[in-house]
Amino acid sequence: MELQYRIEKESLFVPMPQEVDHHVAKSISREIDFLIDSWHVRQVVFDFTNTEFMDSSVIGVMIGRKHTMELYHGDVFAIHMGDRAKRIFEKSGLDRIVRTDF
Amino acid sequence: MEEIRNHMEASFDAKSVNEGLARMLVAAFMTEMNPTLEQLADVKTAVSEAVTNAIIHGYNDESRQVKLVCERNGEELTVIVEDEGVGIDDVEQAMQPFYTSKPELERSGMGFSFMEAFMDKLLVESRKGKGTRIILTKYIAEGCEE
Repeated sequence: MELQYRIEKESLFVPMPQEVDHHVAKSISREIDFLIDSWHVRQVVFDFTNTEFMDSSVIGVMIGRKHTMELYHGDVFAIHMGDRAKRIFEKSGLDRIVRTDF
Repeated sequence: MEEIRNHMEASFDAKSVNEGLARMLVAAFMTEMNPTLEQLADVKTAVSEAVTNAIIHGYNDESRQVKLVCERNGEELTVIVEDEGVGIDDVEQAMQPFYTSKPELERSGMGFSFMEAFMDKLLVESRKGKGTRIILTKYIAEGCEE
């Protein structure tokens, strides 16, 4: 799986894949951490435009990055969430932790 | 009227790439029951949680087999995910929201909570050293929205 990450003015945009499960979560987290270490990133923006499926693995990815960004005095955001993403966010409480107002 | 019955069994390597395969198999099996998109997504999420648990907690060995069973009994769909792995020490503790035995893997501890939230029934049978069986049930009645 190849994701097209984009960095724009201290914001790292992460185009989330069509299906977010444990299988892809591992590599997404690793790749984001590498980019945060290598570039001056203040915001990580998860873009769910293409995401049709997700399970609880997405929680680990987002909370893990939230912790990392707090060390850099930054934050994480979620954008373009469909109904499914919103439901998963509500059920898990992610909606109270991750900002959607990027 | 006689209830429509159907049965399917599959077995696959305990590799994370097969999480998607398991979801596809269950989705294909339940298509005939005319689920709503939300019901379909709910079942896929629950199956994904159960299979992920079997792979990372049950085995941690990719050569072992995860068994997947789908049963249709009229409007009732039952999905069983079974492993012959280490078993769960304390099922009640494992089912607590945010409890995870593997925080280093960034597991959120929400797997069982999601299975409960997205299915109508959840049963967990586990024996230490013998394995774990997760039984998920959902009613897919036509025109019966939540």
